[in-house]
Amino acid sequence: MYKVILAFRYLFTKRISYLAFLAVALCVFIVIIVMTVMTGLVTDFKQKNHSFVGDCVVGTESLVGFAYYEGFVRMLEQADFVEGVSPVIKSYALISPVGTERNIGVEIMGIDPVRHSGATDFGKTLYYRKDDASRAFEAIYDPNLPGCVIGIDRVLVRDVKGRYSFDASPARIALAVSCFPLTAKGALAGAGTAIVNTSTFYYSDISRSGLAREDGSLVYLPFEQAQLLCGMDEPLKRVNWIHIKFKPNVRLEQGCEKTSLLWRKFAQEKSGQKQADLLEKVTVQSWRDYRRAFIAAMEKEHAMIIVMFVLVGITTVFIIFVVLYMIISHKSKDIGILKSLGVSNGNVVGLFSLFALLTGFSGSVLGILGGWLFLLKINRIEDWLFEHFRFQLWDRAIYAIGDIPNTVDFKVLGVIFLSAVLACLAGAIVPSWQATRLNPVETLQVNQL
Amino acid sequence: MNDSDFILKAEEIYKSYRLGAAEVSVLRGVDLGVKKGEFLAIVGASGSGKSTLLHILGALDRPNKGNVKFEGRDLSHHTGRELNKFRNKIVGFVFQFYHLLDELSVLENVFLPAMASRSILGWLACRRCAKKRARELLAELGLSDRANHKPYQLSGGERQRVAIGRALMNEPKLLLADEPTGNLDSATGNGILEVFEKLNRAGQTIVMVTHDERIARKASRIITLADGKIA
Repeated sequence: MYKVILAFRYLFTKRISYLAFLAVALCVFIVIIVMTVMTGLVTDFKQKNHSFVGDCVVGTESLVGFAYYEGFVRMLEQADFVEGVSPVIKSYALISPVGTERNIGVEIMGIDPVRHSGATDFGKTLYYRKDDASRAFEAIYDPNLPGCVIGIDRVLVRDVKGRYSFDASPARIALAVSCFPLTAKGALAGAGTAIVNTSTFYYSDISRSGLAREDGSLVYLPFEQAQLLCGMDEPLKRVNWIHIKFKPNVRLEQGCEKTSLLWRKFAQEKSGQKQADLLEKVTVQSWRDYRRAFIAAMEKEHAMIIVMFVLVGITTVFIIFVVLYMIISHKSKDIGILKSLGVSNGNVVGLFSLFALLTGFSGSVLGILGGWLFLLKINRIEDWLFEHFRFQLWDRAIYAIGDIPNTVDFKVLGVIFLSAVLACLAGAIVPSWQATRLNPVETLQVNQL
Repeated sequence: MNDSDFILKAEEIYKSYRLGAAEVSVLRGVDLGVKKGEFLAIVGASGSGKSTLLHILGALDRPNKGNVKFEGRDLSHHTGRELNKFRNKIVGFVFQFYHLLDELSVLENVFLPAMASRSILGWLACRRCAKKRARELLAELGLSDRANHKPYQLSGGERQRVAIGRALMNEPKLLLADEPTGNLDSATGNGILEVFEKLNRAGQTIVMVTHDERIARKASRIITLADGKIA
């Protein structure tokens, strides 16, 4: 019991203890904020990529694409683990607003909006046809015109606070879309005649995926017309990718494994047939692997942050160590007194370990509360800083980030809390052990001087 | 005299310290016996080894050679746990500089030895009677109204009386006092000695170390330590 009483008194009556307490609180405060914001950004980015891709993709990077996709799509639709399938034409094109000389290089995706909304979150990214993705390519101003959905950053400009100014309905803009059609062998389809296919589409909706690259360079076209533009409509119809969404109870790895098995079986059946060689280039990838190039950079940043905060943690352990060392040095008389009263070495270690635990616990609680409160208000604080000092953490006119992520993950919170308490305990072990080695006679005599 | 006549017996005690390259012999074969109920004063000049001897008698320090027997049992054969128990229950120390814990109140300082020997549950079971005993001790020592004060709020004499209360908390068989009046004015020191005399009359065995022969005269027996030996 005396250990509890003394540990509490050491914590609350010694000014030096406040330093250890504040060091822990400050460290926990910073780690929680940075980890929450960084984890939020990474999670959000991954979620957006997942929503954009679906769970799994089967296809090839080659612009030539692959044939026989219809058979495989049917096979997938019959599989018990698949919820949605969407074949996609993916290529590059030049778009030019009709009546102007301007040309802009873009990526095009030929999709069936209903199917694509079943395999990805495409429908949710629309603005005007959010509630009815099947009409995504119907221009509000004239449903008979061929429509196209354009990445939001190609059409609208964000203000300094990252907000878009939406019009009540899309403006009537005609875009000439020009593609280089490729044969199954990868040659230009119309060599010697018209080597470029051009069609006119009308701006019917915008898509806001939250991914800067896609929102700034992607144009969605109706599936059949995109196939035609890219020369993938005959003699055998081809696509570049098939996006797949698994049923909710199917694990990603499990679903990809099953899809891969199905694909191998399907490709084997088609071997020897016309254009079967294109099937050899087809891969089955999870959304994570498919978007690895984009996610990896963010994950590396996240990992770097974690490493940096491990270093911060080590610094905290060192601070705690120094503070405890100083406290124990000041308390050598107390150790001598306690030993003269029959207190064992184990109990001396127990006393200072308890003190360290209390420091860690109370410092962590304060740090967590402070961090939580700060995170709750972080967007308001940023708004205030912007209004008064024009300061923004991320320039919203450039980065596709809305609010600063501030959802606290309780698992992360628990890990930070436990780490802080354990760090304090680790910092207390050596000084506590040294305390037990003190000769009580010497400590009592030294303090008489 | 038989061994059984002594509550505490020290035989051929040698103790030396290393000061840099030099070895300083403090005790050179001290033989000493303390009878039950005796008030023994050990007198000697500064640096004669009085405090070292007291620490060895109270198992706070170990001799290089020789042994200390308490009620016939050799302390050198005690385990660490037994020595802790010995310091907690059998002996009570009173130091020249009081050595109270500033974080604890006067009352807490007094019942600290009772708390130190028990687990949390053990303490919760007996805390009432321990606090009662501590309050009684403080009342006997004239400190009832100081129970909730901190040691640094007390005078030197009051602090020493608190230290005596703490030493007596577990009703030790032996009270060891190291220059208990050395840091007090003569009037206050006399007050402390009166407390010792009263305790001794009640049957408490006391060994007191002092350099002042006038103070030593209050004891029932005086031995002098010179050059590391009993003169």
